[in-house]
Amino acid sequence: MQTTETARPRTALFVTCLVDLFRPSVGFAAVKLLEAAGCEVHVPVSQTCCGQPAWNSGDRADTRAIAEQVIIAFEKFDYVVAPSGSCAGMLKKHYPEVFAGDPAWQARATAFAGKVSELVSFLADEMGMAAVEATCPAKATYHDSCSGLRELGVRDQPRRLLASVKGLKLAEMKEADVCCGFGGTFAVKYPEISNAIVGEKAANVEAARPDLLLAGDLGCLMNMAGKLKRQGSAIEVRHVAEVLAGMTDAPPIGEGRR
Amino acid sequence: MEVRSPQFRQSAAAALDDARLQGALRQVRSRFIDKRAKGVASLPEFEALRENARAIKNHVLERLDLYLEAYEERVTAQGGHVHWARDASEARGIVLDLCRKANARVVTKGKSMISEEIGLNAFLERHGVAPVETDLGEYIIQLRGEHPSHIIAPAVHLNIGQVRDSFRAAHTHLPPDRAMEAPESLLAEARGVLREKFLSADVGITGANFLIAETGTSVIVTNEGNGDLTQLLPRIHIVLASIEKIVPTLDDMSQIMRLLARSATGQEMSVYTTLSTGPRRRGDLDGPEQYHVVLLDNGRSNMVGTEFQDMLRCIRCGACMNHCPVYQAVGGHAYGWVYPGPMGAVLTPTLVGVDKAGHLPNASTFCGRCESVCPMKIPLPKMMRHWREREFERHLVPADFRRGLKLWAWFARRPFLYRVFAGLGMTVLGLAGRRRGRFARLPLAAGWTAHRDLPAPQGGTFIGQWKRRRGAGR
Ligand code: SF4
Repeated sequence: MQTTETARPRTALFVTCLVDLFRPSVGFAAVKLLEAAGCEVHVPVSQTCCGQPAWNSGDRADTRAIAEQVIIAFEKFDYVVAPSGSCAGMLKKHYPEVFAGDPAWQARATAFAGKVSELVSFLADEMGMAAVEATCPAKATYHDSCSGLRELGVRDQPRRLLASVKGLKLAEMKEADVCCGFGGTFAVKYPEISNAIVGEKAANVEAARPDLLLAGDLGCLMNMAGKLKRQGSAIEVRHVAEVLAGMTDAPPIGEGRR
Repeated sequence: MEVRSPQFRQSAAAALDDARLQGALRQVRSRFIDKRAKGVASLPEFEALRENARAIKNHVLERLDLYLEAYEERVTAQGGHVHWARDASEARGIVLDLCRKANARVVTKGKSMISEEIGLNAFLERHGVAPVETDLGEYIIQLRGEHPSHIIAPAVHLNIGQVRDSFRAAHTHLPPDRAMEAPESLLAEARGVLREKFLSADVGITGANFLIAETGTSVIVTNEGNGDLTQLLPRIHIVLASIEKIVPTLDDMSQIMRLLARSATGQEMSVYTTLSTGPRRRGDLDGPEQYHVVLLDNGRSNMVGTEFQDMLRCIRCGACMNHCPVYQAVGGHAYGWVYPGPMGAVLTPTLVGVDKAGHLPNASTFCGRCESVCPMKIPLPKMMRHWREREFERHLVPADFRRGLKLWAWFARRPFLYRVFAGLGMTVLGLAGRRRGRFARLPLAAGWTAHRDLPAPQGGTFIGQWKRRRGAGR
């Protein structure tokens, strides 16, 4: 699959709309990790969003238009990697379904899907990364985001890599694999229910008494950070890539500049 | 039963505010989740069984008519009767007719969700027949004039104090100072009351967990043994079942059975598994004189061949709702009809119309936990998405949400404009939130900020910064 020139796989970063808009530092952490793993990193600048909000709202036409756009921009690379289980799941598991009934495009979407991975599982499973060069003296707990866990099997990879971070201690919370209540548009369509679910999650996070809450999806992280901060919690919230890349200079999610 | 699904939002809000209900709902986690996990872990071939079970049901659904006819033939050959009911009203009519012919005044009932689906109890009462629920949970909610809030634990929304109050109010013939503290004493009390009813009933109605085409047998599983007394003691046994309950052989049934109790309660088997094949034969020591099966369609045959066909594999184990964060938060009544949780979110729109039940497939985070525990591997989130597609096509989505979505999609499809506006927006928001790092209130995000802060963007977009750092060429 690799291009001969450099022997480094040409890897495109699908940065995801939330990281692009809210937390560019996660994107740069992803780039650093991919380069450390030996990838030649490309960022197609025409990217916007994976189309999931339209897909999950039943808007097939817009989903399809967006999916075509993504496939055209990304299919020429060896790998496509996203720092999000949810968006990677959309590209990998749902795109082929988006084109149901259109064999030509479906075949194209399926071929494309074969190249897609979530960032941390890509580093561990595809690039064989077993440890990272990073230090983070903190007690951390890790939340399994739903799509990453159940659609893509992301569970042990982040924990294994986190174990190699110097100074970091991992403390498991209760029900780490239970949804945080974000659910994309769900959080704004049913805010009270979403709040009840994230309240439960925040209690489980607090009970583990960590300094740091980590996860692989910015949507879930913003939801959990928003709840923890509203409750006055001092627990810092970050994307797992920031810690793995040793890039924890930016203020944590929901914290201002000191 | 009145469809209250359109009021989902209000019902859910009320449920979230109800401290007693919230306390009772904790049981869902403690009673079911760990036990299921243990039950599944103790069976290495669980995954293989799931695959098998799915294949069995898929096979049946491709030839539903053939198996149903074969089943009917066997039942008839053994002296039983099969009655076909196209919809709820036909089914109710058939049952009432049978009760009238038997001059029945009291009817005992085993647990049956089909009975709920067709609103049988209220109908019988209106026509002078007294139905008595004999499953403990069903009995409790019948006393309270409620509906089940869970398909296998109908009274899971109640605490023991509420049960005690209901028994005190209903069982006035018992001494008021009797012992009612321990849960066992309540169980014994219900047993005592129900014993009388079992003996006086003219007709017994049960549901069916399976119908077996090969033998013409109906199968029920219970933990209390009430089903056996319901179907053995009265002169007439009526089985209420929907058409998708059919499996080809006894062996198929026993394979799926190994999944059922484990998924539901973590038990290896339910305490009682009872097979009934026709009425009492000459020389039999017990059994009913008449054996009737009411086979209900009620929209199910229309699901065959559509994107909702997979839902017909459901064996009503309840695992999907037990593991659903939304169900855990609001309980079953909020869903507003017979079937709650993820399976209800798929089934209810099929049975009562998506115009009424549209909230249900939307009130899901798509976390996928339901599908991951469903013993029949039903892709519940995918089917909820299909409902959302139908709603979108039919313009049933709230207009402001639709407009917002369309506007966002318009930009997402135009990378250049998206860049310009996103860059601008994030710079402004980033500056505004720079010091605190979050917003406690923000116009257009009121739903979010009512309950949690909104983390502020760092300022500028990743793509913008990337272009600046590396040049736009890559
Ligand atoms: S959908 Fe699956 S998990 Fe839910 S009740 Fe049916 S069989 Fe059980």
